[in-house]
Amino acid sequence: MDFLIFQAPMLMVQASMDGILLGILFALIAYGMALQWGVMNIINIAQGELVIMGGYIAYFMYLSGIHPAFGIIVSPIIMYCVGWGMYKLVINKVVDKDLFTSILATFGISILAQQLMNFAFGADVVVAQSNFGTTMLFDNMVTIPNAKIFSGAVCVISAIILVVYMRKSKLGRAIRATAQNARAAKILGVDTEKVYAATFGINAALCGIAGACIAITFTLHPYTGLPYTVRSFMIVIIAGLGNLPAVAISGMGLGVFEEWADYLLGTEFRIAAVFSLLVIILVYRRFKLSRKREYLK
Amino acid sequence: MKIRNIIITLVSAIALLISASTVSFAKVVGDKIVLGAAVSLTGKYSSNGVHTQNGYNLAVERINSMGGVTVGGKSYKFEIIYYDDESNSGRAAQLAERLIKQDGVQFMLGPYSSGLTKAMAPVTEKYGIPMVEANGASRSLFTKGYKYLFAVLAPANLYLDVAIDLAVEKNGGKPVKIAMAFEQDAFSQDVRLGIVDAAKRTKSKIIIDDKLPKELNDMAATLSKVKAVKPDVLVVSGHTKGALTAVRQISEMKVDVPMLAMTHCDAAKLSKQHGKASEYALCASQWHKSLSYKDKFFGGGMKYAGDFNAKFGYEPPYQAAESSAALLVFKDAFERANSFDTKKVRDALAATDMQTFYGNIKFAEGGQNVSKPMVLFQVSCNDDGSKCENKVVAPTKWASAELVHPIPSWSKR
Repeated sequence: MDFLIFQAPMLMVQASMDGILLGILFALIAYGMALQWGVMNIINIAQGELVIMGGYIAYFMYLSGIHPAFGIIVSPIIMYCVGWGMYKLVINKVVDKDLFTSILATFGISILAQQLMNFAFGADVVVAQSNFGTTMLFDNMVTIPNAKIFSGAVCVISAIILVVYMRKSKLGRAIRATAQNARAAKILGVDTEKVYAATFGINAALCGIAGACIAITFTLHPYTGLPYTVRSFMIVIIAGLGNLPAVAISGMGLGVFEEWADYLLGTEFRIAAVFSLLVIILVYRRFKLSRKREYLK
Repeated sequence: MKIRNIIITLVSAIALLISASTVSFAKVVGDKIVLGAAVSLTGKYSSNGVHTQNGYNLAVERINSMGGVTVGGKSYKFEIIYYDDESNSGRAAQLAERLIKQDGVQFMLGPYSSGLTKAMAPVTEKYGIPMVEANGASRSLFTKGYKYLFAVLAPANLYLDVAIDLAVEKNGGKPVKIAMAFEQDAFSQDVRLGIVDAAKRTKSKIIIDDKLPKELNDMAATLSKVKAVKPDVLVVSGHTKGALTAVRQISEMKVDVPMLAMTHCDAAKLSKQHGKASEYALCASQWHKSLSYKDKFFGGGMKYAGDFNAKFGYEPPYQAAESSAALLVFKDAFERANSFDTKKVRDALAATDMQTFYGNIKFAEGGQNVSKPMVLFQVSCNDDGSKCENKVVAPTKWASAELVHPIPSWSKR
């Protein structure tokens, strides 16, 4: 197996494409997480459940005869409301508490959301069909489902829209101000309560878009949210908060690394390889930071 | 004031105790044989848990309406106490304990899934309670020397080895190249062991042996490897998620393999969800309605499917059929034992040798059913893919349709 790579070098192209398209999707979810982490200092364990919820919206559109790709429009709208409601019900009570409290609260939300979805949507694994076909390159050696290309494009476009919105709009400015210093923003007349609710809503909407993409590219099940939470958490850890290009790059980088690890080491080492990389990055970071500190001394 | 509170607490505690103890059942109450079952009515196994419960209920109803169980010249009726195990193995073990100790149940039916059966078996074994289970196929259930565990289904390692035999047969008896992708869980790895054995037996070569992480729903990497090395048969097992992911990505990535064999197709409603893309997939099944096994309670498979559909409004998956069969086994054992003594019933169960609509049942030393082969069906669709059917293609004895082999390439589909 180890020599497969030499037998079929085109596999690396395939792996890289698969990895990039997978990574973009994770990067979008991670961006939502980074945003509300940065603004509200909350690590949202229920992130994956928001994604799956968004996916189910697209799935139910598909069941009722609407093309699931329109889910990328409907799903974020509904999910924004869900996120906003979630903030008003639970998150606003933990937003200025320590990180541990908010982790516990969102962990609770995630369990509740899983059970409710399981109750409402059933425990079957479901998929939505986009019938987008396949793009074939290099004499059919590299095949990329158009649904994945579509998802990738949607994620990139939504990320760009968001960045522009954060730069130009009044709310965007308020969000950035709150992220920098919530107290100062409040003194200067920013309604931080509203900003928090909007931020959480935007995060949920991003998850909604990603979920709709997942409905047409992968599978949905009420209990499969956790991997998305873990992966976006990882991307944010590597990229840091409030740094969108870094989130995009680390998302795609992780995606490609994961696919390559699958080819070169075997599927069973795929996840292990990704987590080993995370450990190495964290250790390296610490090492670098400690040197900086010494220098400052 | 304080004393009054204490008295109220004491009185209510005693009342609770009394009410709890009057609820508790003995093994046989009046003309009822009480069986205990913990099934997954909520949680991630809830769909299959419900199939299991429906299967049990249909059989109870049928047996009771056809005269019940005759023991010592008296006719008894079945009754089942259900608890919801929430798809959680810890909970399943607790419930087994509760059924036996609190409810006084002396005969158990199995839960859904190998994992939960594994959690309950040590408990039933400890108390010497016979358990007939219909949904735990993992090989490790049958190698622990359990004396009170009986499974009406074929063990996991026999799920797909028929497919390898079929591939070899289609290859003119010559060894084949096998690619396989199995999820890293007990059941799928047992299926894998079966394939490894079959490969050794037929001197076939395993050229891809991927173990898929549990949380994975992306098989693109495995499938690219398959595209590069062109095996004769691709074997996939990863529960419903694995089956749906495999078919989605095989069709999207246009991966051509002469033969594709899987598990969990009907549980995943594969042909309903994927339509034409799922065509030609071979699926391992414990049971299919077209098989010609017979018994006097349900007639044959077709009749069973019709009755089930009339009562529950959907076609019975094999998980329901095997659950119904578990009750038939119990009835047969009670009558042969002619007693409600758990030891005698256990011995009668061990000596079971019967035919049901679901298949022949005869238990090996470990408790697994060895006399019923797995069947393979192939998905076959009409031209626009709006209607797909499962047709049994192997083993030859039960086949109702000819195997389509090799699978036409994607450019021609």
